[in-house]
Amino acid sequence: MAQKITIEPVTRVEGHGKVTIHLDSKMNVQQTRLHIVEFRGFERFVQGRPYWEAPVLVQRLCGICPVSHHLAAAKALDVIVGAGTGKGLTATGEKMRRLMHYGQMFQSHALHFFHLSSPDFLLGYDADPAIRNVVGVAQKFPELATQGVLMRKFGQEVINFTAGKKIHGTGAIPGGINKNLSIEERDFLLKGDDPMNVDKMIEWAGDAVNLFKDYYMQNREFVDNFAHFPSNHLSLVREDGALDFYHGVMRAVDSEGNRVLDDVDYQDYYKHIEEEVKNWSYMKFPYMKHLGKDKGWYRVGPLARLNCCDFIPTPKAQKEFEAFRAHTNGKPNNYCLHTHWARLIELLHSAEVIKELLEDPDLQKDDLVVKGKKGNEGVGLIEAPRGTLFHHYKINDDDQITMANLIVSTTNNNEPMNRSVNMVSKNMMTGKAVITEPMKNAVEVAIRAYDPCLSCATHALGKMPLDIKLYGPDDEELDHYKS
Amino acid sequence: MSEKVKFTIDGKEFEGTKGQFIVDAAAENGVYIPVLCHWKDVTPSGSCRICSVKVNGRFMTACTTPLEDGMEVESETEEIQDIRKAIVEMLFVEGNHFCPACEKSGDCDLQGLGYRYQMMVPRFPYAFERRELDAASPKIFLEKNRCIFCKRCIRMIKDEQGKSYFAFKYRGKDLEISMDKELAKNMSEELAQEAMDICPVGAILRKEVGFAKPIGTRKYDKMPIGSDVESSQK
Repeated sequence: MAQKITIEPVTRVEGHGKVTIHLDSKMNVQQTRLHIVEFRGFERFVQGRPYWEAPVLVQRLCGICPVSHHLAAAKALDVIVGAGTGKGLTATGEKMRRLMHYGQMFQSHALHFFHLSSPDFLLGYDADPAIRNVVGVAQKFPELATQGVLMRKFGQEVINFTAGKKIHGTGAIPGGINKNLSIEERDFLLKGDDPMNVDKMIEWAGDAVNLFKDYYMQNREFVDNFAHFPSNHLSLVREDGALDFYHGVMRAVDSEGNRVLDDVDYQDYYKHIEEEVKNWSYMKFPYMKHLGKDKGWYRVGPLARLNCCDFIPTPKAQKEFEAFRAHTNGKPNNYCLHTHWARLIELLHSAEVIKELLEDPDLQKDDLVVKGKKGNEGVGLIEAPRGTLFHHYKINDDDQITMANLIVSTTNNNEPMNRSVNMVSKNMMTGKAVITEPMKNAVEVAIRAYDPCLSCATHALGKMPLDIKLYGPDDEELDHYKS
Repeated sequence: MSEKVKFTIDGKEFEGTKGQFIVDAAAENGVYIPVLCHWKDVTPSGSCRICSVKVNGRFMTACTTPLEDGMEVESETEEIQDIRKAIVEMLFVEGNHFCPACEKSGDCDLQGLGYRYQMMVPRFPYAFERRELDAASPKIFLEKNRCIFCKRCIRMIKDEQGKSYFAFKYRGKDLEISMDKELAKNMSEELAQEAMDICPVGAILRKEVGFAKPIGTRKYDKMPIGSDVESSQK
């Protein structure tokens, strides 16, 4: 008899999702799907609001990386208020935002690795679930767990000084920033008492990269064979090809490294990206238009960023990047679990950038905002911790938002996440007489590699028909509601 | 010459000027009585009732009651505190107040009082009234969801001929704040800022400058509402 296994909720990810696995009578996995079961409606209820409210309102999507939404919205509004993109802002405006964003990347990556993923690596994905969590890590590796907590705290302090609050601040405003960095704030981060200073953070981030590399050397076969499949990769890169989380052009490469999107201006993103709605998830499925639905899907996030960029513009992270690239002979890396490796290199890079910015006197200047000729449409892209984040707004002559479109990082990873869970469930479960808890956790390990933020990613409002079927105890259909 | 009189608040004796409003006499003596509709320099309206006190055993509004010799005022009793809290709760449920994305957050008197009276979950059901936004003015964004009908703007924001920029429209449960569209076209930036500043909530927003004030520098970020009065207690 056919069986259906449900993993719900998926644990140690941001937001709520479930996985359904359909097995046939011979226990072969037929189909596995990641369903996003919560719903957000920000694109709809931001309509009618004053445009300057968007960066503060829309960031409420999430408590983990609100800074990304805050800044992506602010970047879109920079275009609307005539401040242009990227270099249009004052030096202080742009660098304060960068500092905020790299602080955010640092805290989010630290949170993901130490709090959410490290239990799988340090304790084993098949360990007892009662201890396979951050508390278990804290008991067995107290020093490491403390570092994880303090690294996140440091990143949150950076956000606090730039956005005004650790979570849901108001720093970025259309055309710039509402504060600079005081000398006291700078010195707190630059020269704080050990261990709360940026030098220690760089040291610890380097240790984290080594930790993953050590794990990899001991578990190479498992890591390399886990949900490994070719894909396209998409991210922003700086105009000279450098890794840049705050601003750049859109670049995509295929699994062999060929450019399939060649450094295009993101104001034209809608010419290149299309979204498909499927009737079993609130999360849309984006793809590159010119390649079509079947070939145009792509990955975003740390793995994609390191596959798209040409180099990393800070020395320690660049050294790690060279080793990372050498591993696949300069070709794109399509190993799902290598995403953790890439994420930790980005953690190191973020700490290095934070130090560079803290040493920059532009952060103490007072020229905070620029405005020019007002328009009625703007697009803002940013590399959020989980990948490329798109914000697109239109306003009317009365300054009210009339249209908002958000393509959230996790949404971009919808297709690859589904492929990963499908692959892992087929590899781990097909033909097995008993489906064990570690097998189910392996499916979650695949999802966690993408560090998905499910709460941010659900935006199919008005496009997905509501379809509810009520079944009796003998599977007979009792009622059927369709909107 | 103004006549000095003696009065008590919660049993403590103070001196004030005969005829001044209780709320002002209390403030001069370092006792904070909350206000929302009251504003110095304009005729009080006593409409919000948040300043309710008991004077010689009877409920009165402190912003409209002139001081008399020997008055015994009760203000910080458990009964009155709860009434004030109930008023704050009613104002919250009657409108649509979402502090997290409101640019007046930290500068908002209603929010400040919500904190002062430790409002957690309102005891009244939310009305969820659907109110339209008025964005037609070039300087002001009128967020009708947040209006608490204090009439401060109607009484204070006027042109050189004394004509008010703001007015009430409709009646009863349909009552709403509105703006004279013709007058609004020529409103100065200074007057728009003044209108935003005197609004005790986030109903009147000056266009295109939202969130320019960083967190930490807003009115109630460091000093809770009323603490400026209370810190001057003699």
